[in-house]
Amino acid sequence: MARIGVVTFPGSLDDGQTARAVALAGGQPVRIWHADTELDGVEAVVLPGGFSYGDYLRPGALAAVAPIIEALRPAAAGGMPVLGVGNGFQILCETGLLPGALVANPGSTFRCLDARLRVESTTTAWTGGYTAGQRITLPVRNEHGQYMADENTVNHLQQTGRVVLRYEGGTGTTIGPACNIAGIADERGKVVGMMPHPEHAVEPAFGPSTDGLDVFTSVLTSLLETV
Amino acid sequence: MARVVVEVMPKPEILDPQGKAVAEVLGRLGIDDVTGVRQGKRFELHLAGEATEENLTQIRRAAEEVLANSMLEDVVSVHVAGLD
Repeated sequence: MARIGVVTFPGSLDDGQTARAVALAGGQPVRIWHADTELDGVEAVVLPGGFSYGDYLRPGALAAVAPIIEALRPAAAGGMPVLGVGNGFQILCETGLLPGALVANPGSTFRCLDARLRVESTTTAWTGGYTAGQRITLPVRNEHGQYMADENTVNHLQQTGRVVLRYEGGTGTTIGPACNIAGIADERGKVVGMMPHPEHAVEPAFGPSTDGLDVFTSVLTSLLETV
Repeated sequence: MARVVVEVMPKPEILDPQGKAVAEVLGRLGIDDVTGVRQGKRFELHLAGEATEENLTQIRRAAEEVLANSMLEDVVSVHVAGLD
């Protein structure tokens, strides 16, 4: 059974639910503490949502220099699948493992809704189980959820199939060229960040759908394929 | 015991929702000469000893790499308090 690491930072909120989602998908969740210096032999890592270090300085900025991130960098460089959800996405941008940044929503509003999304890329380690163009619904809740990057970066992401998820039906934010981007990948499709929360849509009657489960089954499938 | 001040501001082209909200409140309070507000951050770093070119270089680097996100913010000043 594939061992999937779930990192807990002080202020992480979704680590427990992420571990549950990994188990429901058929993986073995391995809890990792932010101060750990080793990844404990896991085959993939999830940085969960929440407010690591209280969002002090900037969301994700202090987590990006946590000891476990120093262990994560060479693993990610070696092709280990890494998923950042919500605050985890913010952390991945702050580490530079993904380009761009997540900035405050228009009006600094806290957005909490069930986002309608389109799966744009199924070639990543975390979305291989979806079909291209599939419509899914996942919960979104954040204050710094607007993806931003310079125009060249946004164009490059779009042209190279690295936009993984897009908001649909007005559930995205409304400013800027990247306004509908909900998730992106690195150039190899191994490191993925998304603002919507798949781990909160894995069980009937808990969340708006069970559309999130495929994120976790996808990575388990991708690990089998790479062995 | 020197104190080094680092000031970080959102880049001019980046929307600053906090500054905008503050500007709106100032307008509501009748301070209508203010046409805009940009909100930044000021860090005060307390040194064990004196400020040297060596530790200032380290601090400038930390300012660019950690205290500011160069995508969104500019380090507008790194200076020793009392010398400004």
